[in-house]
Order: sequence, then structure tokens, then C-alpha cells
Amino acid sequence: MTFFIAVGSLCAICGILAILLVIADRYLNDYGICKLIINRGAREEEVEGGDTLLGSLNSIGLFIPSACGGQGSCGLCKLKVSAGGPPLLPTEEPHLDATEIKENVRLCCQLKVHEDMELEIPEELFNIREYKGTVESLTDLNHDIKRLRIALPAGDEIDIIPGQYIQIETPKYKKTPEPIYRAYSIATDPLDKTHIDLCIRLVPDGLCTTYVFEHLKEGDAITLNGPYGDFVLSDTDKDILFIAGGSGMAPFLSMLAHIKNEKIPRNVTYFFGARAKRDLICLEQMAAFEAAMPNIKFVPCLSEPMPDDNWCGETGLVTDVMKHHCPDLAQMEAYLCGSPGMIDASIAALTANGMPEEAIAYDKF
Amino acid sequence: MILAAIQPVVQSEPNVLAQLLVIFLAAAFTENILLARFLGMCSFLAISRQMKTSIGLGFAVVFVTTFTAAINWLLHTYVMVPLGIVFLEYIIFIVVIAAFVQLVEMIIERFSPSLYFSLGIFLPLITVNCAILGVSLFMLNKQSFGLPESLIFGFGSGIGWLIAIVLMAGIREQIKEDKIPPGLRGAGITLIITGIIALAFVAFSGMIK
Repeated sequence: MTFFIAVGSLCAICGILAILLVIADRYLNDYGICKLIINRGAREEEVEGGDTLLGSLNSIGLFIPSACGGQGSCGLCKLKVSAGGPPLLPTEEPHLDATEIKENVRLCCQLKVHEDMELEIPEELFNIREYKGTVESLTDLNHDIKRLRIALPAGDEIDIIPGQYIQIETPKYKKTPEPIYRAYSIATDPLDKTHIDLCIRLVPDGLCTTYVFEHLKEGDAITLNGPYGDFVLSDTDKDILFIAGGSGMAPFLSMLAHIKNEKIPRNVTYFFGARAKRDLICLEQMAAFEAAMPNIKFVPCLSEPMPDDNWCGETGLVTDVMKHHCPDLAQMEAYLCGSPGMIDASIAALTANGMPEEAIAYDKF
Repeated sequence: MILAAIQPVVQSEPNVLAQLLVIFLAAAFTENILLARFLGMCSFLAISRQMKTSIGLGFAVVFVTTFTAAINWLLHTYVMVPLGIVFLEYIIFIVVIAAFVQLVEMIIERFSPSLYFSLGIFLPLITVNCAILGVSLFMLNKQSFGLPESLIFGFGSGIGWLIAIVLMAGIREQIKEDKIPPGLRGAGITLIITGIIALAFVAFSGMIK
């Protein structure tokens, strides 16, 4: 008897407390509908209060770059919040410098929408949205780089500027307990608005690349958002220098396709650095570009060709080869994509040979 | 006539009030839950680094001890004793405390997000702050306590904890720049200072008979 009384009263007490908490939650977490006033009234949206600003913006179809998926660790989702933001949170402080704090720049994954807010979102982010694609093909470009071709659902289109990147979502799997986002440059011909191609190089122990290499199959669903980035061709008529290594090939595939589509007459010299012949990728596509456009020249450079490569092309580091081909860099523009080491070395070599720093654009990864 | 009618009321009022005041002072000073019984040390050591967060957590503890003491007294007197389930007091007290902390968490998140983030994990950890369970259990030792006494006892104990952590935060902010031997930095010097403050609080014991 005592047993039943004990269990019964304990359950009753717990039940009553739970009900009280639910009621309190309904009342305390109800911020009602809050208005987001974007870019001084250029756009006004109403959202349910209580979520983070990043989540609320996602829900109305505005995607702010965030590599960490809203954990407050990457510091990419900075926005200017001029009114309605709560005081600066300790989780935001490490990512903001003094001038940003003064200008009310906030990490929108941290602050929650509790009242009407005024914020500023750069225009180019309006074009960004989420796409639910399917993996059309996953092919080996060489021993450690794969080409991932994603088909967008029927009727859906994406407008990219060659050189931009998108983020793909890695769903939770045994290596990561929550979805993560990683950025990859788009390698697609900008005229093909229904596909996204990415060059993905296997990073040992990388969360996203391991997923792509070991778990992703043709026909799988994949979520992406974008396009982001301002690594794009300028509209001058200067001669162009492309420098890339490894999966840094991707943005130039898109840029070269654009140059070919639009018959842009600028001279393009593309130096692609690799260690040996087995690291080179997309050679046929490059030959096709060269055949179609006499102003495009592809120069692969091997730093350590193997004996059985029978290599008769350029040998040495890209930075050295470049000096032979382009003695006068003052009137050219350079676009670099590759590892930080390669980019820093290239920038040093370019500026040493007379290229002004503002003529150099790069995408480090 | 009127004066005669009022007399007993006036006489008994100060007694009740005085008794409640004694309970309050005893809970806050002579039997300070932190300095006399050394309960609730974990969050005390971790949070007392900053004055602002100390005050925030201190008031959260005051709020939780006051109301959990009262609710637990009611449950003990009107539910557990009549039903003969006093042996469940630990579980029931903890459940009440956990629910209350949830509530406090919601309130703080709503009204002060920055305090919510600075308190971080220590806010939900109030649930397992032994000072709070301690207050509810010590309260039962005092057989004569009614509801008002329990409420005041809980409030006083919370205030005692608040005083202790605020004192410590003040001292720690003062000694932040001081040269403290490496082995004593952090928890070491904090515990020594706590001991000294506790000794000072012994002086209050003469205050209440």
C-alpha cells in the first residue's frame, strides 16, 4: 500500500510540476510575431520570435554564410543590427573587433529575435537560398580528387557568377553528431543553371570530405545553399593569369566556360601546379577550351615529375614557370585558387614581378 | 477600551516579527549555508571571479532557496507526513528544485540574455547545488517551523549565500592584479580567503542566543 501511495504521489507531484513548466514555457518563450526590417525598409518580414536571428532569416529564405552551422565558432554570419538586438553576448565578443562592436555588428547565430529588429544585409546575399539536390554523378578526377555533380530538382534554377562558391551540408553521421556545412567552389558552366559541379579533394580525417568519399552515392539527396563569394572576373580588358593547384581547378572551369560562352577576347594563361602527372586533372576539358578559344593557354607545371611520367611540359614550381611565360605582369590581372601556402608564394612572386596588389584576386582554402 | 483591544495584538506582533528576524539573521549570518556549512562550493568557486555574474547567480539562488523551501515545507507537511512517505523527501525535494531551476532559467533567458550566457552551465547546475537541498533538509530539522518561518529561513539562507559570493567576488576582483604564488592561484587562494571570511563570520555567533 505504501508503495502505491509513494509512487502515485511522486508521479502526481512530477506531473503537476511538468504542467506548470509547460505553461511557463508557453508564456515566457512567447515573443509573438516580430518584424525584421531589412536594409532600412527595403524588405520587411514577420517571423515567430524566440529563434536565433540566423534561424529566423533562414526560415524566410535568407541565407547568411555560416561555416559552423550556427555554433558561434566560425564568425562568418556577421550582420549589422541597428535596433532591437539584445546587449552584446559573451559568445560574440571573441569574433568582433572594437570598430565592429561600435557599428553594432553582431553574430546572427547567437542573438535571438525577441522584438522588432532593424538590420542590414548585403545585397548579394539576397540571391542566396537553399537547394535540395540529388547526386547525379560522383567521378574520380584523379587519385584524391572527385567531381561531384549535383542535379537540382526539376524546375529549379541557380544563377551563379563564375568563381562563386556554395556550401554543402554534411548530415550527421558517425563522425559528426550534427550537420555541418563546408564551402566548395562551383565548377559548372554558368549557362547550365540546373546543375552544380564541385571538385572535392580528400582531406585526411576531414568531416565533409570523408562523407563525400566514403558515404555519398549516386542518387542520394544533398542539401546546399549559395551562391556566395566575390572571387569573380573583373570587367576590365586586361590579360588574365589563372594560378591553381589541386581542387583549386574548380572556379576556373566555370570562368573558362564563361569566357568561351561570351567569346571574351582577353588573353588567358592558366598555370596549374601539381606534383606529378597523376595529380593533374581535367586535361581533356582544358584541351577543348584551348581548341575552341585561341586566346586561352593552359600550362600545367609539375614540381616533381616521376620518371615514368615521360613529362615534356613545364617542370618546376608554378611561381618559377610563370616568370618565363609572363615577364611583364604590370598590365595583367591574376586570379589564384589553392592552398594558403601556394597563394602566399604566388602573391609574393607576382608582386615581385611588378603586378600591383589590387590586381590580384584569390580564394584561399 | 480600544487601547486594551489593540494591546495583545501589538504585543504579539513584535514577537512574531522578532522571531522571524532572528531566523533570518541566523540563516544569513551565524548559520551561513556556505561559510558555516561549506555547501554550494562548486559554483561559488567557479562564478565568484566576476562581480556581475556573482550577483546574478546569487539572486538566482535566493529566488530558488526561498520558494523551494516554502514549497517543500508545504509538500512535507500536507502531503508527505499525512501519506507516510517522508522517506521520499530527498527525491521529491530534488524534483521540486529541478523544476524551479528550469523556471528561473526561462525567466533569466527572457529578461537578461547576457546574464544567461555568462552564467552558462552553472545556471542549470543550481539544481545540484547542495546548498539548496541543504536548506530544505535543515528546515525540517527545526521542528517548530511553520510556513512563514520556512519562507524566511529559505530567504535568509539564500541571502547568506549571496553575501558570501558577493564578498568573494569583491575580494577576487581586488586581488586580480596581485602577485599570488603560482601554486595558490585560482581555487587555492579562493579557499583560503573563504576560510578567513568564515572565521570572521564566527563572530556573528554571539549575536543570536
